[in-house]
Amino acid sequence: MQCQQCDKQAMFHITELEAGGVRELHLCEDHARVYLNQAEADSQQEDAGTASGPLGVGQTAKELSEIDQRVCDMCGITFFEFRNQGRLGCPHDYVQFENELEPLIANIHGEVEHRGRRPNRQKSAGGDVLPESTEELTQVIGMRKDIRTAVEGEDYERAGKLRDNIQKILQKWHSEDSRN
Amino acid sequence: MFVLEGHHEKCWMKIKELAAVFYRKTYCPRKQSGHISFSEKKYCYSNPMKFEELKTSVGEWLKGTGPESDIVMSSRVRLARNLAQYPFVGRASETERSEIEDFLHSHLTKTSVGSRLEYTNLGGLEDLDRQFLVERQLISREHADASGARGVAIDPAEQVSLMINEEDHLRIQCIHSGLDLEAVWAQIRSVDEEIEAVVPYAFHQRWGYLTACPTNVGTGIRVSVMLHLPALVITRQIDKVFRSLHKISLAVRGLYGEGSQAFGDFYQISNQITLGRTEDELIAQVADVVPVLIDYERRAREFLLQETEQNVHDQVSRAFGILRTAQTISAEETMQLLSRVRMGVLLGLVDDLHVSDVNKLLVRTQPAHLQKMRGVDLDTKDRNIERARFLRSYFESGSPDDN
Repeated sequence: MQCQQCDKQAMFHITELEAGGVRELHLCEDHARVYLNQAEADSQQEDAGTASGPLGVGQTAKELSEIDQRVCDMCGITFFEFRNQGRLGCPHDYVQFENELEPLIANIHGEVEHRGRRPNRQKSAGGDVLPESTEELTQVIGMRKDIRTAVEGEDYERAGKLRDNIQKILQKWHSEDSRN
Repeated sequence: MFVLEGHHEKCWMKIKELAAVFYRKTYCPRKQSGHISFSEKKYCYSNPMKFEELKTSVGEWLKGTGPESDIVMSSRVRLARNLAQYPFVGRASETERSEIEDFLHSHLTKTSVGSRLEYTNLGGLEDLDRQFLVERQLISREHADASGARGVAIDPAEQVSLMINEEDHLRIQCIHSGLDLEAVWAQIRSVDEEIEAVVPYAFHQRWGYLTACPTNVGTGIRVSVMLHLPALVITRQIDKVFRSLHKISLAVRGLYGEGSQAFGDFYQISNQITLGRTEDELIAQVADVVPVLIDYERRAREFLLQETEQNVHDQVSRAFGILRTAQTISAEETMQLLSRVRMGVLLGLVDDLHVSDVNKLLVRTQPAHLQKMRGVDLDTKDRNIERARFLRSYFESGSPDDN
């Protein structure tokens, strides 16, 4: 087989596992070296490819552009921004974009279910056992945003209420800011 | 008129910085900001951590001890973790990044592991010191080059490092010399559990530990082993190794994982997949392949000795000769030559030199180490001269610590 970059024989056959797809490269020794050096530089976004590859097959352009416009309720990132940067905005994205992310994650990992270690949760401040999922705690991100909106609209009562609610959740999860 | 382009956010930040400096220098040297708004702590330097005592030591990963250390340089595991109550680093505002750093820093000190570590605010360090930490593999290059609030906690033995506000809020790393993955896993696991007892990491029942990039989701684990494979390179079998590793979805990287440096026959093998398997399975995936690679490399070394001893001996001697006599030498060339000499020492082709000397030289000839030892900033040209001078005096006197 011939190198994809020159006339020499391809010695290196590289399969790039990129989020969202697999890319095959056939290169001679020199070009492989150049490529791998470059890939190194890129992958100082350590270990990761970008997650901007194609989504599942069979989605029309219209469907894709609709998906791209979806927004996370907590951090406000759009799916389009995620596809561009390859980085998600906050933990809630995994809930908000679960259906969109599933084919992508299946593509990267070949699996869609965590089988590793799980958190060993302590009891909450109120004495109940805290759930495994931290989704409740992540809601705080959206509430902080709501406070900003409330303050801008001079709705200080609402802002105060939100602040109290945030404190309650943070306390329950032992995540109060230690400076307070 | 000039146009700067960047496709990545990090890239863009860098460009913004450059543009700001350029703008200030060129158009309004006294004004702190022009059209480009800019609020980084970047230019205030302090020196919170003394790296002086580190500069002449080799660090854990180059100690050259541990099982199979003739071929396996080091074993490393890292875990990616995030706080549930904040956006991921890339999406966090500057204030949020500071809050994340404060939160993790203060909570880490509550753990027994955290209290043993030395904390360094990376934003307050000079570039040279950050580069120094990269060369010692205590932080990633991305972490060094990033901007905004970020830090690292390092244990005195340089085995454990906790990176705050890297790509994820927290990256826990543990390195041991030689092939020692099980012990590394045991150590990092206990560190992780200790931290998790005081910090609720973002977790989802189905997806596991949540990370900024979906390529790390689930276990958040990256298991890697650094191998020195010169004989496989010389016998041109390394491509076969690459191919077979990629087939079982293992990644192969260079020494520092960075574009400008040659490999010097050092390769990092690591897992790609992080979801759908247990940590033990993922560690085994890497651990199982290492003995095979060690065996290939040993056989290739034997082959070289039996079939082409004169040739190999010649290559090694020439490499050694250049290192001992050069007047100016790049980091890249030094690495390549040291790799050859290291193999020569292990094959008994070089007399008065020990593998630990070569390991020591590998790190001490790196740009930041060289400059820290010299005590001044040097440009590339002067670094190459200083590197050659250092090497010559090392081989002449064998006691470079006096320099």
